[in-house]
Amino acid sequence: MTDTRFGRRDPNARGYYGEYGGMFVPETLVAPVEELQRAYYEARSEPAFLRELDRLLAEYVGRPTPLYEAMRLRASLPKPAARIFLKREDLAHTGAHKINNALGQALLAKRMGKTRVIAETGAGQHGVATATVCALLGLECHVYMGADDMERQALNVVRMRLLGATVRRVDAGSRTLKDAINEAMRDWVTNVTDSYYLLGSVLGPHPYPLMVREFQAVIGREARAQALAMNGGLPDAVVACVGGGSNALGIFDAFIPDAAVRLVGVEAGGEALAAGRHAARFATGMAGVLQGTRTYVLQDLNGNIELTHSISAGLDYAAVGPEHAWLRDLGRAEYTWIADAEALGAFQALARLEGIIPALESSHAVAYACTLAQELGEGKQVLVNLSGRGDKDVQSVTAHLEHEEGSVVGG
Amino acid sequence: MYKASRRISNTKRGPSLAGRIAATFDRLRADRQTGLVTYVTAGDPDLSSSADILRALDRAGADVLEVGIPFSEPLADGPVIQRATERALAAGTTASAVLDLVAQVRAEIKAPIVLFTYANPVLRMGIDAFADRARQAGVDGVLVLDLPIEEAQAVRDSLAARDIDMIFLLSPTTTEPRIRQAALLGSGFLYGISRLGVTGTRDKVADGAEALARRIRAATSMPLAMGFGIASPDHVRQIGQWADAAVVGSGLVGVIAEAGKAPDLVERVESYVRWLKNGRPSQT
Repeated sequence: MTDTRFGRRDPNARGYYGEYGGMFVPETLVAPVEELQRAYYEARSEPAFLRELDRLLAEYVGRPTPLYEAMRLRASLPKPAARIFLKREDLAHTGAHKINNALGQALLAKRMGKTRVIAETGAGQHGVATATVCALLGLECHVYMGADDMERQALNVVRMRLLGATVRRVDAGSRTLKDAINEAMRDWVTNVTDSYYLLGSVLGPHPYPLMVREFQAVIGREARAQALAMNGGLPDAVVACVGGGSNALGIFDAFIPDAAVRLVGVEAGGEALAAGRHAARFATGMAGVLQGTRTYVLQDLNGNIELTHSISAGLDYAAVGPEHAWLRDLGRAEYTWIADAEALGAFQALARLEGIIPALESSHAVAYACTLAQELGEGKQVLVNLSGRGDKDVQSVTAHLEHEEGSVVGG
Repeated sequence: MYKASRRISNTKRGPSLAGRIAATFDRLRADRQTGLVTYVTAGDPDLSSSADILRALDRAGADVLEVGIPFSEPLADGPVIQRATERALAAGTTASAVLDLVAQVRAEIKAPIVLFTYANPVLRMGIDAFADRARQAGVDGVLVLDLPIEEAQAVRDSLAARDIDMIFLLSPTTTEPRIRQAALLGSGFLYGISRLGVTGTRDKVADGAEALARRIRAATSMPLAMGFGIASPDHVRQIGQWADAAVVGSGLVGVIAEAGKAPDLVERVESYVRWLKNGRPSQT
């Protein structure tokens, strides 16, 4: 029997979703990117590859992750609200959805005969996931991470080192995710023959946006089946946070044919929608080319990339996955943003009301889901992708809260 | 709006066979000389110094001047050009200002001028608007680092319609069919990257440089410049065995960085280029 999970909704042969995507790389990377395209298209239709992936997703990652109804969160809302269901990707091994993609790509790297893996990381979750699968499969692992991110996600730096990875500090530019990607691409262009670049989101040149989405689509497949089994129907809306947008595409994918289901991506509103203080690409960005792909980018009048800010390192990036730009143009998905303070509020609420400490990234989705649940009202259902757990954020959240209390006392 | 297209095979040959770049390489070939292509980041340390530097390069005998438009994400560049980019951006340099710089110096300079850029500043200005301004400024060629052949058609056509050459990069990983496509779609000259990796100076010319040069020579008679890691007259001489010209980038940018805004900046640049062009082999 043919496995029909992969190969649905492919971009065109050059990796375009409408006018977004493509392959904007320096000449040296064209050959390795094309090699990767061939290897991926071959692997995804090979039963043995998919069996091994499935086995590890079940036995190692712990899939399927549960679907959980957050009843106390709903009850705490001031207005009558829709029921809220959480897809518990925080319970996957290593504590976030990132492992789904890291595992798939590491198996592909191994299949391609690569011995050295490079990755970038923002929040550190993708770095930890990559370090983990490299330990599992016996691959050498180098993770590039911005100096600022290393500071605010210190726990994940320790985890990566314990897992045997080399963490390479990036001091260039804004010292966050985009600078880590620049440095990872410089490493790749230098070591193309033996190295595999394990990109962590639906970004970069074709085939990454496709491949990462397909490895993450397991989230939506499970959630859709779980929702049908639990409630006998589909949710009215699916909500996920969007940095590059891999957890969002992962959960959206299975629902795209279900025209009645609203798909909502939540970007980082940061401190304010002013240049350098947020990462809401759809709010103030425009089409441009960044790091291999054409998509919505925060940029200035001269085409230089704007600095970004978010309380969550994983959403702190100037571009969004090209397929999101396309889904938005088509009107199939809608995008909004949540400010730092609202995300922080949702972080605390979920911890106190449900005993779940969410990642600050996922807290953006939870915050918007609470608003949407009240808009939709009773009798409706909202599905939220709880993409990761918040242990990594405990230090920075504490610092924020102390700062707030301090200013109250001081004022 | 940017639209990519696949019509590579039926593209007519590039425009300026009789342009300044073609004339330069014709002369080099006739004189059996190895040309020197120089790269500087515009706006480092500031735009008025860049104007002086370009004039100095021309006086010192550089055969083609590459002028870099600084971009905030220089992902194909090594540390030396990254720093130059940061200095240029901090000094307020924009793509528009670089076009003004070329317009300002063009009449005083003999050598052809090639803009070296990443895609986004061009797309942000608008492809046709960029090409119009490049034409008005007297730009002879444009090289876009992150526009491989597959993504380059719209920019190439817009430049070609204004008699500006589009220069393509070729790397040790480039296949033979792609070399032929680059020769068909590009004009002026081809730029061979002698090694895998980012820009930067090295102690010796990469082992793969000769093999790449031979593969390109076998596919096309278009002029060939080779770069990445060139920093001495020995390197230039060695490249000259296989290619029409050597490109020096980080070495020169390093000289500019060291001089900063010192009063003898221009003299240092000029003597560095004269050394590369005419210098004796080093003893080491």
